[in-house]
Amino acid sequence: MPNMRADKNPMPEQCPNVRNKNFLEVTTGYTEEMAIDEAKRCLNCKTRPCMQGCPVSVKIPEFIAYIAEGEFEKAYQKIKETNALPAVCGRVCPQEKQCESKCVRGIKQESVGIGRLERFVADWHMKNVEDKIEVPEPNGKKVAVVGSGPSGLTVAGDLAKRGYKVTVFEAFHTAGGVLMYGIPEFRLPKDIVQKEISNLKAMGVDIQTDVIIGKTIMVDELLDEMGYDAVYIGSGAGLPSFMGLEGESLNGVYSANEFLTRINLMKGYKFPEYDTPVYVGKNVAVLGGGNVAMDAARSAKRLGAENVYIVYRRGKEELPARAEEVHHAEEEGIIFKLLQNPTKFIGNEDGWVTQMEVIHMELGEPDASGRRRPVPVEGSEEVLDIDTVVVAIGQTPNPLIRKTTEGLDTNSHGCIIADEATGKTSKEHVYAGGDVVTGAATVILAMGAGKAAAEAIDKELNA
Amino acid sequence: MAYKIVKKKVLNPQIFLMEVEAPLIAKKAEPGQFIILRIDEYGERVPFTIADFDREKGTVTIIVQIVGKTTRDLAEVAEGAELLDFAGPLGMPTPLEGLKKVAVIGGGLGTAIAYPQAKKLHSLGADVTVITGFRNKDLIILEDELKAVSNKLIVATDDGSNGNQGFVTDMLKKEIESGEKYDEVIAIGPLVMMKFVCKLTEQYNIPTTVSMNPVMIDGTGMCGGCRVTVDGETKFACVDGPDFDGHKVDWDSAMKRGRMFADYEKRSCEEGHCRIGRTNKED
Repeated sequence: MPNMRADKNPMPEQCPNVRNKNFLEVTTGYTEEMAIDEAKRCLNCKTRPCMQGCPVSVKIPEFIAYIAEGEFEKAYQKIKETNALPAVCGRVCPQEKQCESKCVRGIKQESVGIGRLERFVADWHMKNVEDKIEVPEPNGKKVAVVGSGPSGLTVAGDLAKRGYKVTVFEAFHTAGGVLMYGIPEFRLPKDIVQKEISNLKAMGVDIQTDVIIGKTIMVDELLDEMGYDAVYIGSGAGLPSFMGLEGESLNGVYSANEFLTRINLMKGYKFPEYDTPVYVGKNVAVLGGGNVAMDAARSAKRLGAENVYIVYRRGKEELPARAEEVHHAEEEGIIFKLLQNPTKFIGNEDGWVTQMEVIHMELGEPDASGRRRPVPVEGSEEVLDIDTVVVAIGQTPNPLIRKTTEGLDTNSHGCIIADEATGKTSKEHVYAGGDVVTGAATVILAMGAGKAAAEAIDKELNA
Repeated sequence: MAYKIVKKKVLNPQIFLMEVEAPLIAKKAEPGQFIILRIDEYGERVPFTIADFDREKGTVTIIVQIVGKTTRDLAEVAEGAELLDFAGPLGMPTPLEGLKKVAVIGGGLGTAIAYPQAKKLHSLGADVTVITGFRNKDLIILEDELKAVSNKLIVATDDGSNGNQGFVTDMLKKEIESGEKYDEVIAIGPLVMMKFVCKLTEQYNIPTTVSMNPVMIDGTGMCGGCRVTVDGETKFACVDGPDFDGHKVDWDSAMKRGRMFADYEKRSCEEGHCRIGRTNKED
C-alpha cells in the first residue's frame, strides 16, 4: 500500500537568515527514514511517465522501489546505469519541468520528490560505499572531448566504459566546466563534482587542463596529427551577453560569468586567503531572471551586500529560473524588481557605477517564445542607487572553435549545428552537444546530448 | 600538469625574466599573444604577454615587473621550480606582415613585450626603429637584444642618467620631424604612455597599434572583465585583442577600469596568502 501523504517530505535546509551569510549547502538532504517514507509515495506506475521526462532515461520507478526496501546501494547502481552524475543531477536538475512534471501523484497533489531521492541515494553511496572502479578492456580507439562540463564528462564516461581511450581537454585549470565556475558551492558542493571527475580518471579518462582547443591545439590537429578517431565538442556557452547600454564599462559592472567565476572557481569568497578578489558593494542589481541570475544574487547577499535586487523585465510567472531557486532567493532576502528593465548606468568621476536607470514594463501580446512580450511604459523611468551590477541575461557559445575549424557549420547565434539524435556535425568525425549546440540550457540536457553522441560515436567507430 | 621554470634572470631590481617549459604553447606562439598563469592553488589567474618563445626547446619566456601580489610572489619562485598552470597562447597575433618601416615603442616593462614584435619585423625584412623609455639608467632592460633586431635603437631615460633625457614621445617626435616616414607605430607600455604616443601619431596620421593588458580571468572570452571601448564599441581584449587601433581606444575608460581592484590588490599584498618557503606539493 503506497504512502498517500499529499505533499513531498520537505527537504531539510539551513535557516534562510543563517545560510545567506555562508557558502555551505542550502539543503542538507533526506535522512534514511525520510527517503524511505518518500519512496513509498511512488505508485510504481506500469507506464513510467516520469521516465519520459528524463533526458537520460533514469529508471525512476525501479530505483525508488529499491529505496522503499532500504536497498540504497542497489538504487544507486540502478541510477548509474544511465546517469553518470546522480549527485549533480539530484541537486541541479529542473525536476519540476522534467520527471516530476509527469508524475501521476503530481496531478492532484505533489509529485514524488524524485530529485530529492536521487540526491539522497547518490550522497548515501558517496558516504558509505567505496567505489570499485573497473578499468575496461581497451578497444584501441581514441576519442578527444573538448570541454569538461556535464556533456563532455558524460561522453567521456560512456565511451571509457566501452574501452575507448578518452582525453578531455579543458581550457580552465580545473575540470568540471559550469559545475565548477558557474554553480555556487551552496547549491552544488565542489567536492561532489571533483569526486565524479576522479572516478572518471580512475576509469582511465585522461583530463588535460590548461589546453584551449582553437588556440593551444586545433580540432584538425586532434584528428590528423594526434590520431584521435573522433572529436566531441562540448565547450558550452561561455561568451557573456551584455545589453549594450550606456555605462556598461563602468567599474562595478560585471558579467555573471566573471562574478561567479571569481567566487566559485577562484574562491574569491575566501579572499584574501585566496588571491582573487571579488568586489561587492552595498546595493547590488542583478539583471536577468534565470538560474544564473539567482546564483549571482544569492552569492552577492552572502558576500555582505545589504540590498540585492533581481531586475527582470517580465513578471514572476515568466521567471525562467527554477521555482525552487526563486523561492530560496526570496527567503534569503533577495528583492525582486519585476517588470523593470535597465536603460543606462550612471557613474561617478572615478568611473564607478553609482546608479542605474530602469524603465517599468507591462506585458503585451505573446512573442515567438510564447511568453507575453514586455513593453516599456512611457515616462516610467526611475533611478536606483546601486554600486554593483551583475549582467545575467544569457551566454552564447565561445567563437574560438568555430573560427579555427574549417567545415564546421554554425547557425546565426554561433551555435554548432549538430544532429539532435546523434550529435553529428557537418565535419567528418566531429560531434557536438550541450550548450555549444543549444545555447545556454540545463546540465541534464547537456548530459542527454552527451549520451546520445557517445552512442553515435561508438556506432561510427565500431562499424 | 605543472610547468617548470627552466631559467630565471633578474633584469633590473623590479623586472625579471622567466623561461617556462610549455611545448604546446611554444609551438603556436606568435608576437602579440599572451599566456595566463597561476602560481598555485591559491593563486590568481594573471595574464602575461609572451616575450619570447623557442619552438625547438619548447619554452615560452615571460618578463615580469613586480607590481602586486602575484608578481611579488612570482619573484620568489626559483629557477627549477614549477608553476601550477600556464595556458595559451591567447589573443590574436599582431599583424606584422607587409610592413616596410616601423617604429616600435616600449615603455618600461613594455619593452619586453615590444621585443618579439621587433624581432619578427626584423626577420620579415622590415626597417625597424626601436624607441624605449625608462625612469633611469639602472632600469634599462634588453638593450643588446633590441640592438640585434633593429636598424636603429634609441634608449631614453626620464632623468637623463643614460645621457639621453626625455620621454619616448619626445624621441618619436624627433624622428618623425627629421623626416623618418613610418608605415606604422607599435606602442607598448603603460596606458598613459600609449595614450600620448597615440596623440602624437594622430597628428602625423601614422597608424598606431597598441597592446592592452586589462584585468581578466580566463583569457578566452568568457568573463568579459577585459572590456575595452574601441571606436565606441565594447571589445574583449583577450579575444578581439590585445592589440587595437590606438587612435580609437577610449583611454580614460581604460585607465579607470584598470583601478577596479586596486584596493583589493593592496589588501592582498598586506594580508594575503604567504608563499614564502612553500612549494606546490604542500597545497
